[in-house]
Amino acid sequence: MRLWALRGLRTQRDLTGFPRTLELAPGMTPGRPVDGPAAAADVCPTGALRAEGAATVVALDHCVHCQRCRHGGQPMHWREDIAWSHGEGAPLPRAFAHSIHVRVLDAGDCGACLAELQQLPAPQYSLHRLGIFITASPREADVLLVVGPVTRAMRQPLLDTYAAMPGPKRVVAVGACAASGGVFGPSFACAGGVADMLPVDRVVPGCPPPPLAVLEALLAVMGRSLPRAEDAP
Amino acid sequence: MNTLAELLHALECDAAVPAAIESGAVLALPLPAARLPHAAHVLARSQAHLAGIVCEQRNGSFALRYPFWLPRGLPWLELVIDVAPGGTVPSISPRLFAADWHEREIEDLFGLIFSNHPFLGNFVLHDEVWPEQAFPMRHDFAFTDADGAPSPYQPQQMLQAEGAFLMPVGPVYGGVSEAGQFLLDTLGEEITHCQTRLFYKYRGIEKRAEGMVAADALLLVERMNGTNAFAHALAAAQAIERACDCSVPARAQTLRSFWAELERLRSHAATIAGLCKSTALAVPTSLAYQRVEELLRLSGRHAGHRYLFGLIAAGGLAFDLDDAAARELAAQAQAVARRLADLAEELLFDNSFIDRLEEVGVIDAKVARRYGLVGPVGRAAGHVSDLRREQPYAAYAECTPRVAQAAEGDNLARLRVFLDEAAESARLLPLLATQLPAGTVRGTCATRAGAGLGWTEAPAGASTCFARLDADGRIARLRLMPPAFANWHAYHLAAERFAFQDFPITLASFGLSMAEQDR
Ligand code: SF4
Ligand code: SF4
Repeated sequence: MRLWALRGLRTQRDLTGFPRTLELAPGMTPGRPVDGPAAAADVCPTGALRAEGAATVVALDHCVHCQRCRHGGQPMHWREDIAWSHGEGAPLPRAFAHSIHVRVLDAGDCGACLAELQQLPAPQYSLHRLGIFITASPREADVLLVVGPVTRAMRQPLLDTYAAMPGPKRVVAVGACAASGGVFGPSFACAGGVADMLPVDRVVPGCPPPPLAVLEALLAVMGRSLPRAEDAP
Repeated sequence: MNTLAELLHALECDAAVPAAIESGAVLALPLPAARLPHAAHVLARSQAHLAGIVCEQRNGSFALRYPFWLPRGLPWLELVIDVAPGGTVPSISPRLFAADWHEREIEDLFGLIFSNHPFLGNFVLHDEVWPEQAFPMRHDFAFTDADGAPSPYQPQQMLQAEGAFLMPVGPVYGGVSEAGQFLLDTLGEEITHCQTRLFYKYRGIEKRAEGMVAADALLLVERMNGTNAFAHALAAAQAIERACDCSVPARAQTLRSFWAELERLRSHAATIAGLCKSTALAVPTSLAYQRVEELLRLSGRHAGHRYLFGLIAAGGLAFDLDDAAARELAAQAQAVARRLADLAEELLFDNSFIDRLEEVGVIDAKVARRYGLVGPVGRAAGHVSDLRREQPYAAYAECTPRVAQAAEGDNLARLRVFLDEAAESARLLPLLATQLPAGTVRGTCATRAGAGLGWTEAPAGASTCFARLDADGRIARLRLMPPAFANWHAYHLAAERFAFQDFPITLASFGLSMAEQDR
């Protein structure tokens, strides 16, 4: 028998300061394009960048992090942050501010969005300390977290899962695919994201969004007040 | 059959013997369809390894290509047959079982009929969501929701005995898992039949790629399996480069191997972490995912993306990594690999952990050969092939990896192979980083009409891609033959005969992606 608990205690802590601070270690996020010259829009394969006058505006839901607008002659300005989720849906009632149960549903992701979610319990992020739990049953779930563009075969399981959840409930679409179809949809095989099927309360763009971007969105759904990029030093 | 000449003689293709042969060449052997089963029979008993089947619609008729790789020093062979409109294709799966799923897939997506093939239909396109007569890969496919009425789906119980029941698992899971379904038949403790029902994640990537410029198609291939994006996109880039006769600068070749090994190290670390998680050992799970996160951050810092998206370009790489950064990255990756090895050493001394793995989930060498298993899963069962060694690409001709292997084919053997391969990648990284040739990383690659094959040894095994470009340099056909497709084919055999509680462990020890399989 190994004394794994002891081994765990001896391990050096490596936990992020989030949500106390928005400071990030290098490599925690790919960052995102925020603004740039009008010519930068030409390189974007998905229409996430649109020239408006002399500048380029970003529709982040469509960005697939191909990095084309990061390199090359007319690059965009990129910001290395994570607080970029958005949504019109109201947060859950106050009773949920300290703990939620999340049901994760794969609606055809490429594996990278799920891999980032798999990092959330890792010691660097430790999602449980924030009162967030991945639940094994839709009957206990407060939040439905969906990745992938919604393939034909996953439409019905998605609707069934949502229907099986008690209210109040919220839907979070994670990743470019879930937000807009990403590189895959809409097509004959995929929808153009979760909003084609269900009311979406919060969207976390990115391909894939880094673990902290997802964490930030979940805290927003819990109604916890958070530092936003605009407040960062 | 040791020489190419003997093999070609047995195939009755003597005329095709080339003057000089080399690894990396692809020798096409056009055959009348009637001779295909015999050729498959000959190749099944040689050292040839089937990569997959490529079906192309050419106006009304179809062309089918069967690429096989041979061991180092020999080329690839590609059997090519033509099928007239309305004609049937002789099935080769009775003789070469690795072809089975490829034939089923082509039947579903192109509507071609394979004579003598036992199980057809309801494979890629599930009957409950797709109409019967939808063939998406055909050129004239136009799909609307109104087409046809899908039929309801009822899982089939295989075992008929008193007290027997069928337990469907998935496609939605309690944790963070990919969408796929397993139908497990049991009398109580032991799984007697396992049916793997995949393609819940079918995104139609091959169809969507048609008409795209090469660079955009590469974005799609990266996202076939985002956790192994680089390896698969590299195979596709090489197919495009071969089709268009593009050369790749030496620096890019070495850096391609460098990034590929970093990806393999991270992917294997994630597989090992998944295996820890499946045995419910909380501390090793946390420690392993901590290592994965460290490797993801190294990629994020040096490539701008934690999963190396956007790095591959036809003709090289989209951006460079300077020598000093490469050396620093290699040293840091090696340090992470050492911490992973330390953890593994502790795990391998934990009897309660070993007991869950040893002699569980066994795939024997005969099965591995019959199913043409690839990658760590094949190598852990004594079926050893590694495209980095057999058919070197990028910088692997100069920097050849030692190929890990085992004979037992159980969960433990697979864990050991994953560990050895992670250590080997960590050994290669600094070698590659100190050998970087000077110069640019991106040659000009003017796309034009042509066709070509590209391959890599992805973390999960051989990944082969066929690309055809039209006169405008756009994708006319992109065929993706990833390792997950080869290995899922045999997964049920590892699950059967073992207890329910072994199922998640065996699943984790395969380290297979459903996204990659479904495409
Ligand atoms: S990184 Fe995003 S915004 Fe920039 S070119 Fe790619 S898809 Fe467009
Ligand atoms: S958003 Fe990007 S990373 Fe996420 S599933 Fe889609 S392709 Fe993969």
